[in-house]
This record gives sequence, structure tokens and C-alpha cells, in this order.
Amino acid sequence: MRNLIDILDLTTTEIDELVSVANDIIDNPQNYAHKCQGKKLATLFFEPSTRTRLSFEAAMYELGGNVLGFSEAQSSSSAKGESVADTVKVVGYYADIIAMRHPKEGAPLVASMHAGIPVINAGDGGHNHPTQTLTDLLTINREKGRFNNLTVGFCGDLKFGRTVHSLIGALSRYENVKFVLVSPNELTLPEYIIQEVIEKNNIEFVQTTNLEEVMPELDILYMTRVQRERFFNEQDYIRLKDSYILTPEKLENAKKDMCILHPLPRVNEIAVAVDNDSRAKYFEQAKNGKYIRMALILKLLEVE
Amino acid sequence: MTISPIENGIVLDHITAGKGMELYKALGLSELDCLVAVINNAYSRKMPGGKKDIIKIDAEIELNLDIIGYFDPGITVNVIKNGVNTKLPKIDAPKEIRDLIKCKNPRCITSVEQELPHVFKLTDSENMVYRCIYCETKAK
Repeated sequence: MRNLIDILDLTTTEIDELVSVANDIIDNPQNYAHKCQGKKLATLFFEPSTRTRLSFEAAMYELGGNVLGFSEAQSSSSAKGESVADTVKVVGYYADIIAMRHPKEGAPLVASMHAGIPVINAGDGGHNHPTQTLTDLLTINREKGRFNNLTVGFCGDLKFGRTVHSLIGALSRYENVKFVLVSPNELTLPEYIIQEVIEKNNIEFVQTTNLEEVMPELDILYMTRVQRERFFNEQDYIRLKDSYILTPEKLENAKKDMCILHPLPRVNEIAVAVDNDSRAKYFEQAKNGKYIRMALILKLLEVE
Repeated sequence: MTISPIENGIVLDHITAGKGMELYKALGLSELDCLVAVINNAYSRKMPGGKKDIIKIDAEIELNLDIIGYFDPGITVNVIKNGVNTKLPKIDAPKEIRDLIKCKNPRCITSVEQELPHVFKLTDSENMVYRCIYCETKAK
């Protein structure tokens, strides 16, 4: 039985397979409409989410399956003090697969040890968010047609941005990838990711605080939101939240075929005026999230 | 100062100077009712600064070698039987340690679920880096 806790649980070959199935689902949705008939997905969301939960639910419905679950910890027995292990042990009797979001890091790993059914990590605190990474990879594949030979800029909160950490891990396995890390000094990429992921894989990278300066180099610009919920101190959040705001003016020197991604939700880090730019792919990216999750559910449920 | 030789027991040698008491506690040696000597700052030709700590245990006991390997794989374990000293092969750093240290990350699931075992995996053997299996925080 397979789980998806960390994006690196999947080999690059498996990622290629998932991307290929997702592309086929986009082209031929009717072929997949009954693949999961009689199967149930449990969405256990101990932390609020819009896109991730709805895309998982839409994915399962479009595969002909059903969905059960909860969307906040208060409406689950964890509010009464139940452990993650006990909760998922019981859910394992009712459902065929679990998608779980939890504010504490490592909770989905604990779930995978006790559920008896496949567990998908739908985000654990500031740690991992592998299905967002699959979404990002599908979008990169559809927009660029490749995962190698890319200069990828990450901008904003690189310290707590779990989507950034996971995507860097995933892209580090491809050839001739360069990372441009743009963040305020307080929100730089954690040292262990630089040492144990980027440097270990001999990936070229630069760190800067100036987005405009590096803009012309980028094939992909991955913007992130400074997340209020990751700060223990409200004052730090207020001080850093407006560090980078992407506007049409800042894009003037960008490549004509650069691709702007963002895991969403956006607050104000991308001006609404940028949405009309043909390079803005973040809503497309959100749409792709449903298709790659469909492919993932099929894989973990071992549905042919 | 002289400490008499052991006839049957264990000598932990080449402990980094100043770390002897820490290892004594980690191994739970205070629970023993036999004679245990912790020698600090003994002269050493091999060790940096020319000093080392030594622990002598005057009984044949089962030691958790994983604790010693995690603490410092450079420590030498000598088992003495009837006055004959046998040096154990070099201890490797354990691949995994369980409930020896606690994860300090307040965002880790172990910070709220007390029943979970605290498990760390060796992720970088060259630099002896252990990370929590749940949140990947580096052990301090």
C-alpha cells in the first residue's frame, strides 16, 4: 500500500506517469468518469482550506467516487482530544483513501502508520504539501513541456513556504535547473534545504532581495504569500507581509514566455492587473490541481 | 589519583573531555548499584586538547550501543573478563534512534501527542545529522 507524504516518495518516473495520466484526463474526461465508482475518499481537514479540499472532493466526484469528511478540527473528535492515530484507524474502516491536512508537522505520517488505507498529505503545517507540488509540476509540464533546463525564481516567504520547499526538492532531481531565491532577509530559504537539497545535488542558485534585478533571467516565477498563520508574532507578520508585490511594471523586463505561478490564495502579492497578462498561469495552475489529484487517487487506489 | 583496575566490567574510553557525565546520564548508569567511576580530563595523546573522559563500570552489564554511537562513534568500548581486555569493534552511528532525545519543534506533531515515540533518522552520516521523522527538524 502506497501513501504520499513527501513529494520525494515518488520517483521521477512515477511523476512522469502521473503527469501523463493527468494530461489524458484533461483530454478525455469521459474515460475516467466511473473509475472510482463505489470508492470513498475521506477528507480530514484539521485546518481550513478552500482549493485543496475542494479540488480533492471534485477529483473524487469526477472519478465517480464519493466523499466524506470534515473541514475543520472543531467538527472532528480531535476537538475532544482524540489522537491522530485513533481518528484515522476508525476512518480506515469507513473509507478507501484519506486526504489529510493538519496544522502540526508530521501528522499525515503518523496517520499513514495507523490508517490501513492510503494516506495523502494535503499539507502539514509549514512542512510539506506534495499535491501542490504535483499541481505545480503538471502546470510546468503543460506550459514549458519540460522539467530540465529551467531557471526558476521563488519569491516571497521562502522560510515557511512549504510549497516552495517541496517544489525545490522535486525540481532538484532534474538536469540543468537553476534556482533564484528572492526573499527578505528574515524569510530566506532554511539553511538545511540549501545544504541538503540544493548543494547536495550541485544545483546552481543565487539568493537576493531584489526581484527586478533577476527578472530577465527567469523561465518561471513562483510567487508566494507571507502567511499570517506561520508567525508566532503578529508584528513580524505585519512588517514583512508587503515585501514583494508583483505589478505589470515589474514584469516589463521579464521573458515573453515566462510563466508566473502562485499556489494561491493570493492576498496582495500579485496585483490584480497582472491577471490579464498572458504569462499569469496561477488560475490555470489551480485548475490543474484537480486533474493531478485525480491521477494520484487512481494510482494510490491501484485503479487501472 | 589512582583508580584500581577492573576484573570484570566495561571501560568506555576516548570520551570527549567534559562529556563523561552526560554519557553517564544518557546510559542510565546512576541506576546501577555496582561501582561506577567517571574520570574527567584524563591525559590523552590521541584526543584534541590532550584530554579525555573515561567511564569505568565494575560489572558486566548490557549497554545500549546505539546511545554510545549517537553520542560519539569515536568512543572505545572495552569489555573486561577475568582481567582480559577485549576492545569491541568501532561503533557505527545508529541509523535510527528512538525515545533517546525529544523533538524541540513546537510545530511538530510530537509536541501535542505525548504518546508518540520520538524517532530520529540519520540523514547525513558525515556530519552526524539526525532529523525527526515527523517534521525533519534537526536534532540539537
